[in-house]
Amino acid sequence: MKPVLLWTDLALWLMLAAGIAYALRVRAQANLRATWRRVLRDPVAASAGVVMAAFLLVTLVDSVHLRRALPTAAGEAAVYDARTLSLLDIALERQLGMREVSYSLPLGTHGFNKESVIDAQGRVSRELPRLQFGGAHLTDPATQWAADVAGRAALGLMGGLVAALLAVALTAAALAGHHAGWRGALADLAADRTFYPLRTLLLTLAVLLLLAGPVIALMPHYHVFGTDRTGNDVLVQALKSVRTAFVIGALSTLATLPIALLLGVLAGYHKGWVDEVIQYVYTTLSAVPNVLLIAACVLMVQVFFDKHPELFETAAERSDLKMLMLCAILGLTGWAGLCRLVRAETLKLRELDYVQAATAFGVGDLRIMARHIVPNVMHLVLITVVLGFSELILYEAVLTYVGVGVDPVMNSFGSMINLARSEMSRDPVVWWSFAAAFGFMVGLVLAANLFADGVRDAFDPKARSARPRVLLRRKGADHA
Amino acid sequence: MLGFVLRRLGYGLAILVGVNLFTFFLFFSVNTPDDMARLNIGGKRVTQAQIETWKTERGYDKPLYHDASRQGAEQFTHTILWERSVSLFALDFGRSDARQAINIGHEVKVRMGVSLQLALPLFLLQVVVSIAFALLLVFFRHTRIDFWGVVLCVLMLSISSLFYIIVGQFLFARMLRLVPMNGFAPGLDAVKFLALPILLSLLSRLGGEARLYRAMFLEEMGKDYVRTARAKGLSEGRVLSRHVLRNALIPIITSAGSYLPYVFLGSLVFESFFGIPGLGAFVIEAITGQDFAIVRTMVFLGALLYIASNVLIDIAYTWVDPRVRLG
Repeated sequence: MKPVLLWTDLALWLMLAAGIAYALRVRAQANLRATWRRVLRDPVAASAGVVMAAFLLVTLVDSVHLRRALPTAAGEAAVYDARTLSLLDIALERQLGMREVSYSLPLGTHGFNKESVIDAQGRVSRELPRLQFGGAHLTDPATQWAADVAGRAALGLMGGLVAALLAVALTAAALAGHHAGWRGALADLAADRTFYPLRTLLLTLAVLLLLAGPVIALMPHYHVFGTDRTGNDVLVQALKSVRTAFVIGALSTLATLPIALLLGVLAGYHKGWVDEVIQYVYTTLSAVPNVLLIAACVLMVQVFFDKHPELFETAAERSDLKMLMLCAILGLTGWAGLCRLVRAETLKLRELDYVQAATAFGVGDLRIMARHIVPNVMHLVLITVVLGFSELILYEAVLTYVGVGVDPVMNSFGSMINLARSEMSRDPVVWWSFAAAFGFMVGLVLAANLFADGVRDAFDPKARSARPRVLLRRKGADHA
Repeated sequence: MLGFVLRRLGYGLAILVGVNLFTFFLFFSVNTPDDMARLNIGGKRVTQAQIETWKTERGYDKPLYHDASRQGAEQFTHTILWERSVSLFALDFGRSDARQAINIGHEVKVRMGVSLQLALPLFLLQVVVSIAFALLLVFFRHTRIDFWGVVLCVLMLSISSLFYIIVGQFLFARMLRLVPMNGFAPGLDAVKFLALPILLSLLSRLGGEARLYRAMFLEEMGKDYVRTARAKGLSEGRVLSRHVLRNALIPIITSAGSYLPYVFLGSLVFESFFGIPGLGAFVIEAITGQDFAIVRTMVFLGALLYIASNVLIDIAYTWVDPRVRLG
């Protein structure tokens, strides 16, 4: 085996490292710690965070790539498989191998299209063919199928429930010290009397586990979300799409940061002609319709790649680099909004007393910008990053539809929706690919949106809050 | 006022020049006219002679930025950059690069009419419906209606517009057979082709817009004049419609105005999904066909509309708020 480090892998792991570094910094600074505590104490944001963490886990497992060594005679140099696999591929090896001929229903045992079957007597009849893998262990699907599926699903549910209870028990054990023993901890958990909204967190986790349990239990023998036109498991595609969405969402917003921050602070701090030039540049950029600009850039990159096929060793590397370029393009074309915000904030900050004092003490411009301005616009950056994440995931789907998104061979929600479009107009309708893409994508985007709202409310309390506050009468309040 | 408009137009011209230079550089830095010729003629074996004819036919047989063999001003005017830019600024868009070279200017004129039929009613409905929904939520603020309304908004804005289109087409065109799946017909027949895209586009943006407007209204609600209005004994509905709505119009105009360029350029995705032959579908066809002449024209048009709509927004401010002076 030979580990392969794709560019987006590198970027993702670097990002994770940066995230950990940021977390350490937050721990050290009372101010930041208090703000993040507000995010975590917000039940909605915290449970959205749990869902995001689940998706992040899938992404990270899918971001360790390697190429298998092919069997060679002794003494020969090692030869590696041309296919690049990720750890997720290896974990899902069975599902990847369960390749049918064409469409099949979720949990199906038979194909979706009738085929000519020749029986033992040589008679030809049109019937639904048995699937090669889905439900292959059943001798008589008509009678055994329901019981088998129900049994496995129940087993999975039980597994999920046990895992959830284990999580509750562990939390209670951890809280025991502060909440008068584990009994007291359990009671406080149940009544939601903990510092962090642990009850909501555990409930979210339980829902996730109860959903994942049956799926995992059914996966080895069935196609839980059916198969697509070429017989591939839809669930696997959806899981693989999560990484694409994450990469696009996270890397593209990060790519905007250096330019937006640098130019925004420069423009706001120096005013005068520097400001004029920078304003002109970003106005020009935002005058170009976004989709067109991205399309133009992507076409350029495509032409460049077509001219230089020698740059890539494998197809995976090629589509990976293409995705990285897409992120870079999204970053290069999307910095105007943040730049405008940072400029306006810097204009305000530079008039404040502490900056004026620093100037009076003779501190250099660069040092003032680095020490006094940049840390104070970071909340804007953070809010933009979390808000941009979900927008970009939605945007990827549109771009892929237009034909300037990720590589067609790469799994992404955009390409799933694109295929689903023709499937939905078939008769009878093939709906499961669409449903799977919908479920996963809405789950991810919704979680990202809710988390972003929490972060925004905590970091920018003055901003217009989008959250509804309900003045519900608390149950029991009347009696108290 | 006149001075303001003139100054803005001057700045707009500067931006147009920038956009033009930028897109020109973007296209031709990677793709030489030879590459474009090869791409458009197609086929495996393309002779140099074929490429030369293609370039001469389309006026690409000149240097890109600078012609050293000429004298004086001709050094710069006898270039692709100069000729293309001058014709763009004269709104003469020329012909497309594809094999069946179409007259872009004519095509844009025809398609803009179609795009407007889709986008103008959509834009107006969008603003009205979003404001109405937001006002409703604000009227019922701090109640369950508001809470679940916002939950609905967040859910709606988390769903990709493509999902709305696919489900909508399936439901209304296929199951209920209320409207045709896609296509377009001029005249009154257009209504039945446009109803579904308008409805779906409205739905796909309602969540985000309504939530934003709601937040804007709530911000106004906290101000003193609202308290005064209530103290005068005005009803809640009157406070909302006469005072809060009027004062929140400025941020609403800013946010709605940013869609204006797309009113003219058309909703890219919606037009192509529903087979409506507008500018948006035109752009997508050009992108998939890699027709740079069309893409460049549309970028230019888009920038032009962006500038125009910004001026319009500023003028609209003065109508809404007499305190705003343009100068």
